[in-house]
Amino acid sequence: MSPEDVYKLGMLARLEITPGEIDDVVAKLTDIVAMVDQLQAVDTDGVVPMAHPLDRSQRLREDEVTEEDRRALYQQSAAAVERGLYLVPKVIE
Amino acid sequence: MNWETVIGLEIHTQLATRSKIFSASATRYGAEPNTQANLVDLGFPGVLPVLNGEVVNMAIKFGLATQCEISPRSIFARKNYFYPDLPKGYQISQYELPIVHGGQLEIVLSDGSAKTVRITRAHLEEDAGKSLHEDFHGQTGIDLNRAGTPLLEIVSEPDMRSPGEAVAYMRRIHTLVRYLGISDGNMQEGSFRCDANVSVRKLGSEALGTRTELKNLNSFRFVERAIEVEVERQIDLIEDGGQVIQETRLYDPDRNETRAMRSKEEANDYRYFPDPDLLPIVIDQARIGHIAAGLPELPDAKRKRFIADYELSAYDADVLTASREQAEFYEAVVTGLGGQPKLAANWVMGELSAALNREDLDITASRVSATQLAELLQRIDDKTISGKIAKQVFDALWNDGGEVEAIIEARGLRQISDAGAIEALVDEILEAHPRQVEEYRSGKEKVFGFFVGQVMKQSEGKANPQSVNEILKIKLKS
Repeated sequence: MSPEDVYKLGMLARLEITPGEIDDVVAKLTDIVAMVDQLQAVDTDGVVPMAHPLDRSQRLREDEVTEEDRRALYQQSAAAVERGLYLVPKVIE
Repeated sequence: MNWETVIGLEIHTQLATRSKIFSASATRYGAEPNTQANLVDLGFPGVLPVLNGEVVNMAIKFGLATQCEISPRSIFARKNYFYPDLPKGYQISQYELPIVHGGQLEIVLSDGSAKTVRITRAHLEEDAGKSLHEDFHGQTGIDLNRAGTPLLEIVSEPDMRSPGEAVAYMRRIHTLVRYLGISDGNMQEGSFRCDANVSVRKLGSEALGTRTELKNLNSFRFVERAIEVEVERQIDLIEDGGQVIQETRLYDPDRNETRAMRSKEEANDYRYFPDPDLLPIVIDQARIGHIAAGLPELPDAKRKRFIADYELSAYDADVLTASREQAEFYEAVVTGLGGQPKLAANWVMGELSAALNREDLDITASRVSATQLAELLQRIDDKTISGKIAKQVFDALWNDGGEVEAIIEARGLRQISDAGAIEALVDEILEAHPRQVEEYRSGKEKVFGFFVGQVMKQSEGKANPQSVNEILKIKLKS
């Protein structure tokens, strides 16, 4: 992996990686990817990709509304609210 | 240089469930902000999604109606990006193994010809919340009521060759989802929106040109105009020696132009992976069979049946089957009338449709019922009233309600077919206009229309026009 790859991944994951950390992170991630390479060497022809480790299927819920409005409670932990809306730093200019 | 336009559409249809796709919050439109957003919708740590069975049924309905394959096993994936109206930091969607894939839909073009558009896939996903950018002193307000509302994203192959074809396809899908009852299709409320992938290539070329994606087109008119201006832009660009860049663009209806989204707004690396919180959806034949048995007659079948059974033109059949409600209203009129399908079609598409449009009403809220309209048309059919008088009765029904018979009697609108009465009217008119009678008899036959008009006027439109014609001819000859 190149430092550019790692910076890009960091940006996509909203993780700040400083120039001081970059070599260390590149080295660690390269090790992990090497392990993945090892896995990729296995012949998987004819093997159905596994989507989930549990060999079960998704349980379906009835289409019923059972939740009530608990906005006041949920908004107690918000940094800022106004007129029922959560306020966040402006996302467009 | 001749250019060919290539268009594929991605249509996001909100599914008309009571509760959300992964939580038991309500999906009702227009509620107070954040009153329909529970812990799952808010993305609190430790919560788990539980799939709403009804969205699976709805996706199967759509798949069956478009000859798609229904996947016996499909999976949910996480689409990762950061935006405040997506509190989890990922949208639960489907990537590999969508719930339905590989179908097709026939569209009818403006010249009456048919064309098949292939459907690549339709997958389930959750909608995001809404960001409100005004009025919050430099901050953005977030309403998460919409977060977690079920969506079916319907992806077509790049099979459309003009903005008109794209709109025809979008309308067909719109009609279809409402027939199936899986979406209200309300575009003002954002229940039905569309992204268009647009490219151009030299006519005759096989290879596809570089495409741009036009985002969030929420009306049929905008889809058409946005594609038109984007195609123009791409052609101008290439003819000037430039190159189209693959990018996402927004249509600005006020300026009628498309513009590139800034790269920051455009997250194009979603790092999809299977969602470990959700198990694969397994659909067995029993479920599919049960749903297939309950499907309504689809618009295409209905259109063809109207042409065959009622001998309607392709155009009339198309208009009448545009919504299930309108088609049902029309059929109720024909049944009540006991025939005369063309007369019924003319009135439903003419008088009734105009009255509904004037008041911006849906046909389900029509002030004249199918039964009333059938009674009215029956009176035209048995010559109790003329078509012209019927319009007066229709207006009376529409504005004041009441019974067809009672209105005709109370207003004395019954057509005069009695030969004696018409003769008397004709005599009166001929006597009053000796000069015109002279003119007619000296060969100026155009005056005939004048007499007809006078007699009709004298009878307040109630004289049977056919009898008037016949009697006038006899009287003028003598």
